[in-house]
Amino acid sequence: MHADHTLSDFHYWLTASPTIDQVGVTERIARIQARSVKGAAKLHGLRMVLNMIDLTTLEGKDSPAKVRQLCYKAQHLHEQAEGLPTVAAVCVYPTMVETAKKALGTSGVKIAAVSTAFPSGQAPFEVKKIDTLFAIDHGADEIDMVISRGKFLAGEYNFVYDEIAAIKELCQNKARLKVIFETGELDTLDQVRRLSDLAIAAGADFIKTSTGKIPVAATFPVVYTMLGAIKDHYDRTGIQIGMKPAGGISSSKLALQHLLLVKEVLGEAWLTNEWYRFGASSLANDVLMQYQKQQTGKYQSAAYFSID
Amino acid sequence: MSSSTWNLEPSLESRGVVSLKERYELYIDGNWVAPKQGRYFDSINPADAQVLAQVAYSDSADIDLAVKAARKAYTQVWSKMSGTERGKYLFRIARLMQEKARELAVLETLDGGKPIRESRDIDVPLACNHFFYYAGWADKLQEAFPGQKMAALGVAGQITPWNFPLLMLAWKVAPALACGNTVVLKPAETTSLTALKFAEICQEAGLPAGVVNIVTGFGDSGAALVAHPDIDKIAFTGSTAVGKQIQKACIGTSKKTTLELGGKSANIILEDAPIDAAVEGIINAIFFNQGHVCCAGSRLFVQESIAQRVIDKLKFRMQSLYLGNPLDKNTDIGAINSEKQLQTIASYIQLGLAEGAEMYQPDCTVPSSGYYCKPTLFIDVAQSMRIAQEEIFGPVLTIQTFRTIDEVIEKANNSPYGLAAGVWTDKGSRIFGLSQALKAGVVWANTYNKFDPASPFGGYKESGFGREGGLHGLSAYLKPSF
Repeated sequence: MHADHTLSDFHYWLTASPTIDQVGVTERIARIQARSVKGAAKLHGLRMVLNMIDLTTLEGKDSPAKVRQLCYKAQHLHEQAEGLPTVAAVCVYPTMVETAKKALGTSGVKIAAVSTAFPSGQAPFEVKKIDTLFAIDHGADEIDMVISRGKFLAGEYNFVYDEIAAIKELCQNKARLKVIFETGELDTLDQVRRLSDLAIAAGADFIKTSTGKIPVAATFPVVYTMLGAIKDHYDRTGIQIGMKPAGGISSSKLALQHLLLVKEVLGEAWLTNEWYRFGASSLANDVLMQYQKQQTGKYQSAAYFSID
Repeated sequence: MSSSTWNLEPSLESRGVVSLKERYELYIDGNWVAPKQGRYFDSINPADAQVLAQVAYSDSADIDLAVKAARKAYTQVWSKMSGTERGKYLFRIARLMQEKARELAVLETLDGGKPIRESRDIDVPLACNHFFYYAGWADKLQEAFPGQKMAALGVAGQITPWNFPLLMLAWKVAPALACGNTVVLKPAETTSLTALKFAEICQEAGLPAGVVNIVTGFGDSGAALVAHPDIDKIAFTGSTAVGKQIQKACIGTSKKTTLELGGKSANIILEDAPIDAAVEGIINAIFFNQGHVCCAGSRLFVQESIAQRVIDKLKFRMQSLYLGNPLDKNTDIGAINSEKQLQTIASYIQLGLAEGAEMYQPDCTVPSSGYYCKPTLFIDVAQSMRIAQEEIFGPVLTIQTFRTIDEVIEKANNSPYGLAAGVWTDKGSRIFGLSQALKAGVVWANTYNKFDPASPFGGYKESGFGREGGLHGLSAYLKPSF
């Protein structure tokens, strides 16, 4: 299905990556941000956000105990509130996949493993391959790979394409592939669009903004630009690609605005964790706090929400 | 969790911030004066067809009173005051408008039907900015026209339309006062209320009596203002038909005129355009303020090679436009200004179907009371169809394709109007080429419907003459003095 653009598909190659107008993007986002989400729509939205979170821990100091705690939280977000979903997945390093697998059991919460020498991607391809296979062999449902940003910025698009396509081969029928761009290291929205088209063509199931390891992460202009590529691909092929903004979305308000963007740019078919994820570590508690506020009319102290 | 419908709930702006009288008199010489004939008419909220307030219906005797007051204020007070002092009053008015911004925005939405998002974020802030901008010019008129001594005209009669009631008032009143003129302003009959609220602001600002007079009423009230012998200047924004009547009425008099009239502006999408931004631009160009915009981009020209993609994207985008209660903060398309205008638009939609164009409207619910019209596309339109030639003044877009740039220039200019145009392309050279070739007062590049007090606005051909805004806007209210 993927990597299906033969050299003679001129319509594709000549129209794939339209230019992106920064001013237009900013204005479109301002329209979204002016929307007001209230009442039952807000509750529904907050539940969707929770259900779309990839609860993440990606520290050098991660321990099996911490991962087990994270996995518990993933299934029991806030026992004091009724009717809450689980998160979509936990996101860990390959070495923690086995621990997570055991802790999550049959809960349905997926395991996402970062891979290909996350976060920098600065490793020989053989190492990236081993990294990925290790995660898959231990039971990862999803692989969050990083691209070689240096190669992309140097214009070596074939290299980047081939790398993604090769990792995709390893994932085939075993794991879904998320491709991380680290957009904070890209310079223009035109590059973001070009990389989105490249990654989708190479076989990405999801495209993902960032590692969360550098300050500039999932900004609205970047996310909007990536959604545009997903929409155009869908219009052209009928194939859905998922989107995962990661890093910097730490409040309910921001998360709901992102969902409005998805609703208006892609449509409601993407409003499910099969096609949309938030990569976040601190977002869940803010959402839970807002959820309780919406239910009870009162803000509770942060001390009432577990920090796992 | 599978995907599900996620519909936003109404998020209504409160009407509580607006204090409305049951009945409004005429604002003449700093006082509220009952109309001589004792006639009043209803101002209707087009969102629910309910009466908001009663408004005085002025006749020529009332107009005469207002012009006399303006003349007296001109000769005795305003023309003698220094620019610095006039500027202070304008700054004071601007600040008061800012303080009452929310009330003005809600009232504008109640009276005219436009979405609160627009009145709050565009109409009212821009109106304030016009006062701030021209307040700054009041004491710099000599610098504005180096080597020339300029003088005020005297009494200006100003007639404003119903699509941007407060903003058009600001476009007219601010430069007039800054240049030392006094004014008699007649707002459109369906949208008098923010002008009357503005009169209260003038009172609160301590503006000398008679400098601003607001006379409400219908077309005959406006005609009486135009015909008054002691008026030095008529500034009109409205339809081309009425503009022609005004111009005829001023022939043989010493009245200066500026007319800002209708349009059928071309919005041109070239194949190298940033396509999603262009689609958004098309939406802003035609659905802003329900299409009640003189410079609306109502004729879309898309280059053939991307036409289908643009149309598909446009249809998809239209599905996420919220149509409904203008006070809802999520509303993108509010109410049509009046029942009469709704009928006009409906008849054009019928005409488009009869002319054989393919129509598209998104699947959205229309409120059961009030005046609403779905956003509408006509595809495969010919230059010779009336829907592509006449100003509809509603949320109706005609779409034509073109192959070469020469062809689109010819088609875009093939109109009795020449108010505005939009050009969407990634190439700066094409922007410069097209903006020189298009006979339009404003050409926007990769954007549309952007307004700024510093930028002049006005038309070619039957879209009128004279410019409002910027330095050009000053010269409409001044004459060389020898």
